[in-house]
Amino acid sequence: MPAVKQTVDHVESLERYQHGFITTVDQEFAPKGLSADTVRFISAKKQEPEWMLEWRLAAYERWLAMDEPDWAKVSFPKIDYQDSYYYAAPKEKIGPMSLDEVDPEILATYAKLGIPLREQEVLAGVQGAPKYAVDAVFDSVSVVTTFKKELAAVGVIFCSFSEAVREHPELVRKYLGTVVPASDNYFACLNSAVFSDGSFVYVPPGVRCPMELSTYFRINAAESGQFERTLIIADEGAYVSYLEGCTAPMRDENQLHAAVVELVTLDDAEIKYSTVQNWYPGDPETGKGGIYNFVTKRADCRGDRSKVSWTQVETGSAITWKYPSCVLRGKDSVGEFYSIAITNGRQQADTGTKMIHLGEGTRSRIISKGISAGKSSNTYRGLVSAHPKAKGARNFTQCDSLLIGKTCAAHTVPYIEARNGQSVFEHEATTTRLSDDQLFYVMQRGLSQEEAVQLLVNGFVKDVLQELPMEFAVEAQKLVAISLEGSVG
Amino acid sequence: MLSIKNLHARVEAAEILKGLSLELPAGEVHAIMGPNGAGKSTLSYVLTGRQGYEVTDGTATLDGEDLLSLEANERAARGVFLSFQYPLEIPGVPAMTFLRTAMNAQRKARGEPEVSATEFLKRAREVAGQLKMDFDMLKRPLNVGFSGGEKKRMEIFQMAMLSPRLLILDETDSGLDIDALKIVADGVNALRSPDRAMLVITHYQRLLDYIRPDKVHVLAAGRIAATGGPELAHELEREGYDKYARAA
Repeated sequence: MPAVKQTVDHVESLERYQHGFITTVDQEFAPKGLSADTVRFISAKKQEPEWMLEWRLAAYERWLAMDEPDWAKVSFPKIDYQDSYYYAAPKEKIGPMSLDEVDPEILATYAKLGIPLREQEVLAGVQGAPKYAVDAVFDSVSVVTTFKKELAAVGVIFCSFSEAVREHPELVRKYLGTVVPASDNYFACLNSAVFSDGSFVYVPPGVRCPMELSTYFRINAAESGQFERTLIIADEGAYVSYLEGCTAPMRDENQLHAAVVELVTLDDAEIKYSTVQNWYPGDPETGKGGIYNFVTKRADCRGDRSKVSWTQVETGSAITWKYPSCVLRGKDSVGEFYSIAITNGRQQADTGTKMIHLGEGTRSRIISKGISAGKSSNTYRGLVSAHPKAKGARNFTQCDSLLIGKTCAAHTVPYIEARNGQSVFEHEATTTRLSDDQLFYVMQRGLSQEEAVQLLVNGFVKDVLQELPMEFAVEAQKLVAISLEGSVG
Repeated sequence: MLSIKNLHARVEAAEILKGLSLELPAGEVHAIMGPNGAGKSTLSYVLTGRQGYEVTDGTATLDGEDLLSLEANERAARGVFLSFQYPLEIPGVPAMTFLRTAMNAQRKARGEPEVSATEFLKRAREVAGQLKMDFDMLKRPLNVGFSGGEKKRMEIFQMAMLSPRLLILDETDSGLDIDALKIVADGVNALRSPDRAMLVITHYQRLLDYIRPDKVHVLAAGRIAATGGPELAHELEREGYDKYARAA
């Protein structure tokens, strides 16, 4: 069955935002507001060692002295940082749980989202179905991580961040904050003070991780923010492919999601990091509600010939502010960024990447596809720089924008800095409007208007979709279709 | 088959069709000729349901069914096919994917089962062979980077694959050299059948040497100004459209 048709069938069976439900579960909150005591509360809840608490408190002190960045092309009312909960957790015991110990309401939530948490169900699934390990983060805590035993057998550590702090402190201390320093920027600094949970991955030298790893983030509680922290280390010659997915209920208030992701690759290692981001985007008519997605993601290609590939499909959030970046430190290291960013309704996105070429012979590639519809605004912001030692650095950037309708906006803001004479940077950019001519042509062949838009859009984003792991490409394609429902006509 | 009565249509404020009537029975091929700006392309768009073309009076029916109230895709599902004067490029969508998606959309609308992959491929190879097309072209994004001639051949390919009942060819000869014209005309002629009808819109008589019409209509100033046999096309080639343009 052709993918487009499959998409269409799927779309017909869905609501506009299908993840908007709320789970009723007994939860425990930190006192509302942000102070040094909030930071201590979170650290104590997680039974953290002293060094972790100190790290958090230092970040909090730095944060107090910082200002919110205002250079992105997004606008929103001032955030009252005292009017939010910084910790919300289902009332459960601390520490890794078996599935039987997890609140059935939470399991039902993940089942509803189509995320397999029961290993035996995954194993008993359709023959040939892909098998992947999942870390499920519900508000501020990781509720369960699957396939840990199988992964441990080959030496791969995959667990919640809190567990890593307790069980693998030497690894966490060695790498935490070395890619994104606590004081890197306002939101990263806030995260460093109050981060709750997230995933930790360590792949030992020479190991190719035997399955896809993924984390599903779910914001459920009202008036709360989510501040997850993810750290992935691929040791020499290791390989891992990791995917994160995110959803949240429909609420009238704005909720802050300020995450930090740090990736480290040593010599000859490779990390493939994919994101399917579908936070609640707010009401399409009034713009009320929705998630503020202010995220710092960075990879440090420390090792020679190492490689990091970011692939993102961004369809949700009221406001997106994120620039997954690569610091290409190792000789001949490679950074890639493939992005589909879709805005509809009243959404605002300011997203792109930074490729910092420090090492000799480093290469990077950026393919960005921005789609704006409704009354939304979509900005690509990217930096490609080559430092004096990065002789022979190469970058290719392809940045395409597609406009649907006449009330949306697309902006492209590329920064290019070459500080040596032996770098080659190429930049191509296009902006097109989905034309009435194309739509009519496709409809004349038998497709409805909605199907025609989907076909044209899927064609537009194809270069990026094919970079996603197979099992998520279909999901992403459906998401693209859903986000653009009703955008024409 | 196709029956048009007193059709009036406008684009924005301008009335382009001003009382056009035409009967096209099944099994026949009719040519529509006329000067630039007479409304030839407007007629093809009104019949196929393009947005922005407003019908203010008159009717158009296909086997008795009102066409004008249907969406463009619903008309396609009923067998109306337009071969475009300027076929559009569809980046990122291989021609084969496009066509199979279109075919299945039409089949679904008619309550028919989807075409199987093997059946589709077999038929595509056959038709591509008849049109002397390089099969690899079908794996490339539709019309992207194709020459004018290749695009027109791709239109005829789609037409043969979708097997429509009412075929509208809008300036199919433009941009074709003589060899390509022969191949395209052969392709069109192969589709002639007692249960199909064709409307061949052209500015020049040349195409009609290869696709022999049963009737020729002169479209001038928004209505049919004259109707005759194939000899009318030759007369127009000699004497031009002045006579009709003035009369209107």
